[in-house]
Amino acid sequence: MEPVTKIVSRTVVLPVSDIDTDQIIPARFLTTTTRDGLGKSLFADWRYTPDGSENREFALNRPDSAGCEILVAGHNFGCGSSREHAPWALLDYGFRAVVSSGIADIFRSNALKNGLLPVVVDDEALHWLTENEGAEVTLDIATSTLTLPDGRAYEYPIDAFSRLCLQQGVDQLGYLRQHEDAIQQFEENRPWTP
Amino acid sequence: MGNGTPRTLYEKVWSDHLVTPETGDAPAILYIDLHLIHEVTTPQAFSVLRSLGLPVRRPDLTLGTLDHSTPTTPVSALRNIPVVGDGAARQVAQMESNCREFGVTLHGFDSEHRGIVHVIGPELGATQPGKTIVCGDSHTSTHGAFGALAFGIGTTEVGHVLATQCLLQRKAKTLAIEVEGRLPPGVSAKDVILATIGKIGVGGGTGHVIEYRGRAITSMDMEARMTICNMSIEAGARAGMIAPDDVTFEYLHGRPLAPSGAGWNAAVKRWRTLPGDADAQFDKTVTIRADELRPMVTFGTNPGMVVAVGDAIPDAGNAGFRKALDYMQLAPGKPISDARVNVVFLGSCTNSRLSDLSQAADVLRGHRIADGVRMLVVPGSQQVKREAEALGLDTVFLAAGAEWRESGCSMCLGMNGDTVPAGQLSVSTSNRNFEGRQGKGSRTILASPMTAAASAISGHVADPRQYL
Repeated sequence: MEPVTKIVSRTVVLPVSDIDTDQIIPARFLTTTTRDGLGKSLFADWRYTPDGSENREFALNRPDSAGCEILVAGHNFGCGSSREHAPWALLDYGFRAVVSSGIADIFRSNALKNGLLPVVVDDEALHWLTENEGAEVTLDIATSTLTLPDGRAYEYPIDAFSRLCLQQGVDQLGYLRQHEDAIQQFEENRPWTP
Repeated sequence: MGNGTPRTLYEKVWSDHLVTPETGDAPAILYIDLHLIHEVTTPQAFSVLRSLGLPVRRPDLTLGTLDHSTPTTPVSALRNIPVVGDGAARQVAQMESNCREFGVTLHGFDSEHRGIVHVIGPELGATQPGKTIVCGDSHTSTHGAFGALAFGIGTTEVGHVLATQCLLQRKAKTLAIEVEGRLPPGVSAKDVILATIGKIGVGGGTGHVIEYRGRAITSMDMEARMTICNMSIEAGARAGMIAPDDVTFEYLHGRPLAPSGAGWNAAVKRWRTLPGDADAQFDKTVTIRADELRPMVTFGTNPGMVVAVGDAIPDAGNAGFRKALDYMQLAPGKPISDARVNVVFLGSCTNSRLSDLSQAADVLRGHRIADGVRMLVVPGSQQVKREAEALGLDTVFLAAGAEWRESGCSMCLGMNGDTVPAGQLSVSTSNRNFEGRQGKGSRTILASPMTAAASAISGHVADPRQYL
């Protein structure tokens, strides 16, 4: 995982609540055995018309959206299935952060493991971002703040460990493996075995 | 470890599995007792192991099946199975070779125990009270019905568990859902959980582990309890649990992977200590009155948009709500029972067990499904299929005009060849009514097995109580 320290980008807005992982990446694209190439199927059923052409109305297809790295979405983003293909697809497309007033637990965990920053802000900040699509926003990992163009800053919640992993690109499997002795000890000392 | 401080069921199972406790700086390292794996969310995790030259640390605590991308069409000869597309075929082949290479038991096409991962875990007795259970699938919450702490994980975490048998986790908050009173006839566990999600919302359980309690829950059999816990994730909670009791122990006794002999008595003794202490505190409590419940269905594009079968579709007035109704081609103020049905799906990890099939068969017996309706019945496992056939349930379904299939996830998620055509309306016993969930452009109404069967007969969304 590449370290993430600061993201400065204009936003794309999907002002819809409860965007589930079946919208982010429909199940028919999950018959893959790698992590690559999922970006083209991101939001497939919203992004393309039934004949396969681009839906010009959809936010991601508007010319201004090109190159935007921050996705702003309605409450409870990423609900539904545990498919890690959802953050893989967002990252492969070019997003580096998702901002919402609520992000589902499993999606959040998967996002953090891949260096996609989940940012939860209050309703006021989300409202401003939704009304001002395309605004340039700064996300600073060290201070856990989202800063709007007018300088207003909002601190977003993130636990110290996840923040450190993002900043240093820490491989969490490596971290777990450093605790092999403790794991072995746990197995030997537990009063029952599964 | 909190001696003297009353603890909930979740807190007991959590602290029993701490390799290292959580601190301000680091999450806890939580030991995992059972890792269930399937073909769709594991190939990339095995690739990581291979690239690092790591073995599966505890193949004996890992159990595999094929369910998500596999077809449910009848098999003429073993191995002659028409897997849909090259991608799915590659996933199945990789799952088989990964399990062989890493020494993991796989219930593949040649196993009489193959089935949906959340059906076979309990059925084999691998799911047990007090265990930590994970799987790369959000409906892992199902196993919480046994008093296990069970939750879905992503593929990176699947790799963590394969390599270390552990996960990095923060402790969740606790939410008690008290289901008081007794369920009326024709109203089932599915109606309870749909009503619950309708009440707390699809994000209502975020950050929490749910514990379902109360008389309506304790008087349920294990299969009904599994239906309840299965849909915890639909309320945003990664895990839902029910305290183990004699019903739990009776279900497990004699199953192939359950403890036996002296080990059985020791296990039951330990399991009896798991229910939460009498004065344990929850962060939040919600009460549901079972006696007031009616058969419930969804009308929108998330499982929190629910209505009783006899009622009119409500109108919340906001844009998201209207967008959902537009997608469903339904109008506020109209009775949901007006909705014409094209497809009925009886199956999925929510409702594909023997009692689900049996309840639907009770409604269907002596009836034909309506003209123009396709009904697909997909047992949750090959064992459920055999048991249903022994009871003659397949004959009831076939006589009514339904299709009787091999086990698998099937039409729940439209990635294995079983799909609802674009624009068609499905009444489904599965767990998600998201846009396109059952196939591109499909429209889904979630319902209980009884309501699904009644809707198949009527050709529109129907109250099952008229057929009981």
